[in-house]
Amino acid sequence: MSILPLFVAIPLAGAFLTSLLGRRFKGLPDILSNLCTASLCVISIVSIGMVRGGSTLVYKLGGWMPPIGISLVLDGFSSFMLVTVNLVALLVNIYSINYMLRYTAKWKFYTLFLLMIAGMNGVVITGDLFNLYVFLEIAAIASYALVAFGIEHEELEASFKYAVMGSIASSFILLGIIFLYSYTSTLNMADIGRVLLDKGPGRIIGFIIPMFIFGFGLKAALVPFHAWLPDAHPAAPAPISAMLSGVLIKSLGVYALCRILFNVIGVGESLSLVLMFLGAISMVVGVFLAVGQWDLKRLLAYHSISQIGYVILGIGLGTPLGILGGLFHLFNHSIFKSLLFLNSGSVEYATGTRDLQKMGGLASKMPVTGTTNLIASMSIAGIPPFNGFWSKLIIIIAAVQAGRFGYAFWAVLASILTLASFMKVMKYGFYGKLNEAFNNIKEVPLFMRLSVVILAIICVAGGLLLLNGIFLEGARDVLLNGTKYAAVVLRAVK
Amino acid sequence: MSKGPKEAGMTLIVKTITRLTVGLILLYGIYIVTHGHLTPGGGFAGGVIIALSFIHLTLAFGKEVALKKLSKEGTSILDSLGALIFLAIAILGFTGGYFFLNFINKGVPFRLLSAGIIPLCNIAIALKVGAGLFAIFMGLVFLKILDKDKK
Repeated sequence: MSILPLFVAIPLAGAFLTSLLGRRFKGLPDILSNLCTASLCVISIVSIGMVRGGSTLVYKLGGWMPPIGISLVLDGFSSFMLVTVNLVALLVNIYSINYMLRYTAKWKFYTLFLLMIAGMNGVVITGDLFNLYVFLEIAAIASYALVAFGIEHEELEASFKYAVMGSIASSFILLGIIFLYSYTSTLNMADIGRVLLDKGPGRIIGFIIPMFIFGFGLKAALVPFHAWLPDAHPAAPAPISAMLSGVLIKSLGVYALCRILFNVIGVGESLSLVLMFLGAISMVVGVFLAVGQWDLKRLLAYHSISQIGYVILGIGLGTPLGILGGLFHLFNHSIFKSLLFLNSGSVEYATGTRDLQKMGGLASKMPVTGTTNLIASMSIAGIPPFNGFWSKLIIIIAAVQAGRFGYAFWAVLASILTLASFMKVMKYGFYGKLNEAFNNIKEVPLFMRLSVVILAIICVAGGLLLLNGIFLEGARDVLLNGTKYAAVVLRAVK
Repeated sequence: MSKGPKEAGMTLIVKTITRLTVGLILLYGIYIVTHGHLTPGGGFAGGVIIALSFIHLTLAFGKEVALKKLSKEGTSILDSLGALIFLAIAILGFTGGYFFLNFINKGVPFRLLSAGIIPLCNIAIALKVGAGLFAIFMGLVFLKILDKDKK
């Protein structure tokens, strides 16, 4: 029995059991969803060992042979994303035990949360293009509902905006899939790759690629398509902001985009330039918009755009070092950005405000939150020895090696501005004079502290991942192999 | 039907016709679901028709009558059960070695009891879609009432 289908089956079972039983048994949703995410985290870590040495596993759903049946594919890149998604999901879930008591109907939250995880895991593990679209919609629709979870004016407006823009993006993705299907007469991703190699890229490929870049770029919040993100992230409950920024924009956006462009269609020189340009412009515009913000969560949301820019810039460089840096930054960003969003939730939990100008001196009252936030701020700003430093360093070195001095310069500049804006967060939020109104606030409850401390430890120790190659290099090799993906998968089927 | 004080809905003509047809619509939905593997239709289409029979009741008699037949909690339970049954069928495929394997004897083609797990999947999908669609419709109805109360 293979573990591949479990990545989708476990969260789906958890979601529907929660919705069936959660209303009657009060403690059950907490236990059930934590068990689900913990087991997902364990099997995703097991999956790293299964793809060691660049092997690829293909699972035939229902025993049907892949070009006709649906297949699930586990390779280095999927395994890397599964670990990222499920690790963050587990820690966010632990945090939600205490945090979501602020809202009514916790079991509804868990149902949607697990559905979103099922969608993201499905996108990552599937080997079928239409299946990818279905899982993408599951995750996206669950996230529209989760953004609106507070059902206040602000939440509903943000959710509606997100839903409209997300649906337009999904339509473009679907249209791209339809054109690709009409050209290749198959939906299996490996088989599409094979047909494209045989048939040669026709003129229609030039029409399909912009559709995918627009569709997945909107899910990833790259700059011309980022308008939904600064509204959706602050409006959602803090654990969901952490999930959206930490893993949703990556698994639905960056992963799907890279998988299709690199492994199915194949990246040429011009496409690489487009990706680098989109990455650089997101990086710079995001950080410039972030510096002026006073709403803590909105500031973090703009930084998500900026950091996704780094990831796309690194991957777009196309050199082994660049891709390694981009993927490493993807992992690091999901850790420190979810930590920052969880901390912003802790601050809101304790003080009831997100406005930096009303805070001040919170580190004295909330030592755990203050310390972990300092660690995360230094990670995102790229201070050694935290994990963000190493990945940014690799991206910048890779850009210099590739002769892209301009992009290297913009990456350094964006990093400095990131440092400036997080100095602002720490100064106004956590240090300085304590606001009189917050004299009797307390540190947040146990599970919220536990989850942020674990994330902070990963931030400190994250750089060590570079020493052991399996995790990152497995993912890098899949992207470097490019359109050889088709041959690898089709061979693994037999 | 006696005229209680809470009885809402449309005129006598609509109510009479509804009383005559609503059972047939439900039966037709069940037919579409159970013959999903033989004739056009299946779990989704049949589920929609089953939901329509309840929505028909709501439109003609008002929401109290429809909710007496199928309460909000009942809808939610059926909805989750449908999904769980579908997932259980998929996981039972592991007995034969594959997720979603058609592990039941496929029988003679074009008989009612054939095609292995497909009819069971159709029934699960019909539960999910029927209950889900009715729940969405009721959700919109309640939203409308809340809106009216505010004004």
